[in-house]
Amino acid sequence: MNIYPSKLLESAVTELSRLPGIGRKTALRLALHLLRRDLTEVEAFGNAVIKLRKEIRYCNECHNISDTEVCSICASAKRDRSTVCVVETIRDVMAIENTGQMSGVYHVLGGIISPMEGIGPEELTIESLVNRVAEGTVKEVVLALPTTIEGDTTNFYLYRRLKDFPLKITTIARGVSIGDELEFTDEVTLGRSILNRTLYEVMFAKKS
Amino acid sequence: MYLKKLTLTNFKNYSQADYQFTDKINCFVGNNGVGKTNLLDAIHYLSFCKSYFNPIDSQNIRHQEDFFAINGVYIRKEDSPEHLQCIQKRNHRKKFLLNKKEYDRLADHIGQFPLVMISPYDRDLINDGSELRRKYIDSVISQFDKFYLDDLINYHKALFQRNALLKTFSERKYFDTGELEIWDEQMIRLGTIIHEKRKTFLDQFIPIFRHYFNFISCEEEKVDILYQSQLSDGEYGALLADAVGRDRSAQYSTVGIHKDDLDFMISGYPAKRFGSQGQQKAFVIAIKLAQFDYTRNIKGFKPVLLLDDVFDKLDDLRVQQLISLVSENNFGQVFITDTSEDRIRKIFDNMEIEHKIFRISSAVSG
Repeated sequence: MNIYPSKLLESAVTELSRLPGIGRKTALRLALHLLRRDLTEVEAFGNAVIKLRKEIRYCNECHNISDTEVCSICASAKRDRSTVCVVETIRDVMAIENTGQMSGVYHVLGGIISPMEGIGPEELTIESLVNRVAEGTVKEVVLALPTTIEGDTTNFYLYRRLKDFPLKITTIARGVSIGDELEFTDEVTLGRSILNRTLYEVMFAKKS
Repeated sequence: MYLKKLTLTNFKNYSQADYQFTDKINCFVGNNGVGKTNLLDAIHYLSFCKSYFNPIDSQNIRHQEDFFAINGVYIRKEDSPEHLQCIQKRNHRKKFLLNKKEYDRLADHIGQFPLVMISPYDRDLINDGSELRRKYIDSVISQFDKFYLDDLINYHKALFQRNALLKTFSERKYFDTGELEIWDEQMIRLGTIIHEKRKTFLDQFIPIFRHYFNFISCEEEKVDILYQSQLSDGEYGALLADAVGRDRSAQYSTVGIHKDDLDFMISGYPAKRFGSQGQQKAFVIAIKLAQFDYTRNIKGFKPVLLLDDVFDKLDDLRVQQLISLVSENNFGQVFITDTSEDRIRKIFDNMEIEHKIFRISSAVSG
């Protein structure tokens, strides 16, 4: 173990090394880097972190991160509020937003059902999704969860909770990645793509 | 397909060794502990990237050395040698190369140079718990059916989640059918597919197995493999529903394909309890030969066959039958180990079969 010349330095290193992907060596490098910066700069850094944690809010509707009670996506007049895309985390919202293909709004579950990690339906924002749907404006729920067995099971749970409402429940397509050669696609994915093949005419219509 | 050349460096008890093989029968003879089986294990490495015996790669490095290397030259097509290389340095990742190109995933290599090993340890298949027998048929089926392996992995994930949920119910003293049923649904879908595939596989496999057993024992002993599965008794969904009470008090899932087993029978009685050592040995040899047959039919070419110490506990008649069988055209390259050179010579004296005898001694292995 390293011996630090200062207790203050040591505690900073300890805190930094708690961050994901940061070991003690990197933490020391970051701490020493902060020491070399102007005090105002470091104050701004520290305040940003504290403010982030203290003042960030979660959107009342979709549970996305927000500065206000309702997030900018849910508040936007341009969004189609009849389509709700269900995702696991806030990072997934950002990923789908970057595609520019989702004109609807989101619903962040905050995880997926996994009894091994102690996550049941009540730990997620499922009740709030059901309430949203019960209001009646939602016409389609797009399930965009991971393609793991846990993601699949969560899809199935949501389907059972929502199936009696008059709406369309869809799930994102799974199969061969765009631009991939078939011969290099793993057999399982390729096999599923064959099973879940789509009408060419439909694809054509979507592209144009 | 056959292994033409094998070079070992610091592998187990070998510091340096070189062998040139015939494409028919190769025999390693020598006393106990000289390293006959280690040669077979090296050949096993070239096909499966791992030892048949010891899962810890670094323990296969010769004592006091820093690495081992296994080099092999295979001929798959007419006169086009293919170079296989497996290198394990202490505290390093295992490297596996085909024609000097390293694999990204070892799984991509497995199955390209098929091989069947018959060893004294196969008796565990009869005597150990059901898990070993399930693992065995799973490994054979998944060699040809990637979907099977995928479904099996997912089934077990769902099973572990369901078991964790049953524990949670009991710890927090509540119960929710809906939460349990979503896992049931996954297990029913996957479990039913796996059950069907195991059944179909065994339906094809058992007649081949019987054929080999009777051939080796020269008689019509009635042998059978019975597939025991709760799923044979009814529809999986109904079975799961019936078991809810039991599952809740046991805090794990009591029905499913994870409880499947194979009963090995000789003349109507379990081979485990009533089979003689010789019968048990013939039983597992027949299973492995059936695996060879099955692999050959699907791959379209003959795997390499390794026979480790198979003559022990078999009478002369059965030994003769076994050797005449593997000398036939249905089999390709064969490697055999035995402690007695005399016995090997006697067996092959009666037969017109190309064979090469390698005398292994500790002096050679240094």
